[in-house]
Amino acid sequence: MSNSKNFNWSGWLAFTLLLFLWEYGSRLSPKLQLYIPPISQIFIALGGLVFSGQLAVQLWITLVRFVEGYLLAAAIAVTLGVILGYLRFVHSFLEMLIEFLRPMPSVAIIPVAVLLLGIGDSMIVAVTVYASIWPVLVNTIDGVRHIERTLVDTGRTFGLSRREILWQVILPAASPYIVTGLRVSLSIALILVTTAEMIAGSKGLGFFILDEERSLHSSNMYAGIIVVAGLGYTLNRFFLTLESRAMKWRHGMSAREAA
Amino acid sequence: MALGNITCQVEPREFVSFVGPSGCGKTTLLMSIAGLIAPSAGKIIVKGREVSGPPGNLVLVFQEFNKSLFAWRSVLGNVRFGIDARGNRSRETEFKARSLIELVGLKGFENHYPWELSGGMQQRVAIARALAYEPEVLLMDEPFGSLDALTRLELEDTLLRLWGELGTTILFITHDIEEAIYLSDRVWVLSRRPSQIIEELRIDFPRPRSQVATRAEGRFMEIRNKIYRRISDEGAG
Repeated sequence: MSNSKNFNWSGWLAFTLLLFLWEYGSRLSPKLQLYIPPISQIFIALGGLVFSGQLAVQLWITLVRFVEGYLLAAAIAVTLGVILGYLRFVHSFLEMLIEFLRPMPSVAIIPVAVLLLGIGDSMIVAVTVYASIWPVLVNTIDGVRHIERTLVDTGRTFGLSRREILWQVILPAASPYIVTGLRVSLSIALILVTTAEMIAGSKGLGFFILDEERSLHSSNMYAGIIVVAGLGYTLNRFFLTLESRAMKWRHGMSAREAA
Repeated sequence: MALGNITCQVEPREFVSFVGPSGCGKTTLLMSIAGLIAPSAGKIIVKGREVSGPPGNLVLVFQEFNKSLFAWRSVLGNVRFGIDARGNRSRETEFKARSLIELVGLKGFENHYPWELSGGMQQRVAIARALAYEPEVLLMDEPFGSLDALTRLELEDTLLRLWGELGTTILFITHDIEEAIYLSDRVWVLSRRPSQIIEELRIDFPRPRSQVATRAEGRFMEIRNKIYRRISDEGAG
């Protein structure tokens, strides 16, 4: 990623080139225009959708589902991760199960969720939670297990209770790992929300994109995709800002020292 | 079993050291006194009360300062840790933390993070953090063991100065015989496992001591050689 101080000309050039290629490539063939309309038309469609408020509604629905699923997953995964990282016997009890479920493509759970929860918000949030749990869980376990014994003993020698040690020693010490998990889960959560909306939704950006495709409104479909892309980008940016603030103490620490 | 029968008593404001061959269970002894591990038999009594968990008036300084400092807290944050833990966050404690940082010679580094400091400076932070807690007893487990020789001498003097000013009782562990003699009022020599006290020596060089003059005294060498012989005889036997 380029430094904010020097403007990344070549990066913006790549962007501009793509847009030009799109615009004029699409104009070359009227047949192609049906599937890939010129980018100018897509932006006009996007403008219309924004003005009618149609997109805002869909965006809000998707965003709420995302936030619910992501935060719920984070809370469950960190709690469970601390327990599993701490208690060997619980870990060995669940380890194989986790290693079996974790590599499974999470979208495969969507049919099950539809069967159990029907079509709607709770199903979409549930699959999002399911998929987003794994990276945070595995990283939290790892983080808690990597904590130096001496660090915990330091907390104890200063008379901290177990609860205080959890909040003031374990969680901050494991935070670099937890944050790594949270970052991975962020994109996973967005993928799952949109996918679930496409497969079994009646609202939301995922549904909107697929619905416009089926109605052959390809410009609207692309407009929806742009909004999802923008949402992903914004969420990621937001996360990185929060992260650099919370993890300020690690700035400048080399990889060796961080280990 | 690391420890045999060890009976010893430390007086308030005393500076005592344990020396012994490596692996003789010095750390085990100190961890038991700190209440971090439970002794398999026997009792540890601090101020008339049996230790069954980390006592509130006692703090342990670890050898591995790089593992015992909180990387996410600044120097000031680390020194305040013990005070914060007591739920005391007044302006006064802030002042105390700052003055301790100054006393250990780290003025100007309050807002640095531990990884930005050298090993010697990190151990200074750990010592300031322990003292800010105002423990009656300070336990130190080879605190200067992994520092270079010059830094080590410097920190020994810093520690003696702080001890003189604050009147804390210090139990110090080291495998460096001369360090033990230089610092202490009394030195206990430990045997190999299961370790026992095989020698108790009263060190009465006047204070303040000097790295040059005290160590140059003939008696200093005599004591050193006596302890050394005791320990190496142990090794042969």
